[in-house]
Amino acid sequence: MGTAQILFWSLTALALISAIMVLVSKNPVYSVLWLIVVFFAISGHYILLNAQFLAIVNLIVYAGAIMVLFLFVIMLMNLNTETEPQKSIWMKFFGVVAGGLLLSFFISFVISSADLKGKSAQLKEGEIGLIKTLGKALFNDYVIPFEIASILFLSAMVGAVVIGKKD
Amino acid sequence: MSTVPLTHILFVSTALFFIGMYGLFTRRNMITMLMSVELILNSVNINFVAFNKYLYPQKADGIFFTIFIITIAAAEAAVAIAIIINLYRTHKSIDVDDATELKW
Repeated sequence: MGTAQILFWSLTALALISAIMVLVSKNPVYSVLWLIVVFFAISGHYILLNAQFLAIVNLIVYAGAIMVLFLFVIMLMNLNTETEPQKSIWMKFFGVVAGGLLLSFFISFVISSADLKGKSAQLKEGEIGLIKTLGKALFNDYVIPFEIASILFLSAMVGAVVIGKKD
Repeated sequence: MSTVPLTHILFVSTALFFIGMYGLFTRRNMITMLMSVELILNSVNINFVAFNKYLYPQKADGIFFTIFIITIAAAEAAVAIAIIINLYRTHKSIDVDDATELKW
């Protein structure tokens, strides 16, 4: 077991445990903080998969911007453990059963698939995730999706202001 | 030897996906449901990057898919939070079971 595998499995354990903690913790503020830990672990996975730019973008956009927005709203609404709506134990039980069945189905499908057998990544190879390569491709091949994304942001901004304003 | 099999990465993303799905089923707090959606989106992102790395190591299509998913997730979170604030203003609650009518 090399260093990469040890890193991979520790990041995996961190991601899964904190993702479970997001749902287990009753206080929404703690949920947000655990979700930030999940995003850090996922960024570690991106770095292992040689997508360094993506790792940084994930941290800046998710952990930096979206989670701050969530925390801000939670504190604005003064949410805490007492105001947290609770579901019955049966609902949780059936959630576990349904999710677990589908999860085991997917896992068995992945394991038995012949196309995926023996595929393994050379983690240190390749330059494809670096900013230079990505920037050149983004402004040549992907310039139309890039511009459409800017229009999407403009409309999302206008929509958020229109929905959120007091009338 | 620094290799990780593709199936292990798919296992991680599948597990994250179903943790997010479980959260979407069992939590009634709208903010927490939105957080579960973010978990699901992130598991999909891991899949895109992994398949890009394993199947087409010389191309960057999967990475661009992920970048655009992150972009759209940011816009989605902004609009969803505006809707949640509006609902909170009229209903004084962010329980989805309280928001039963479309028009206030």
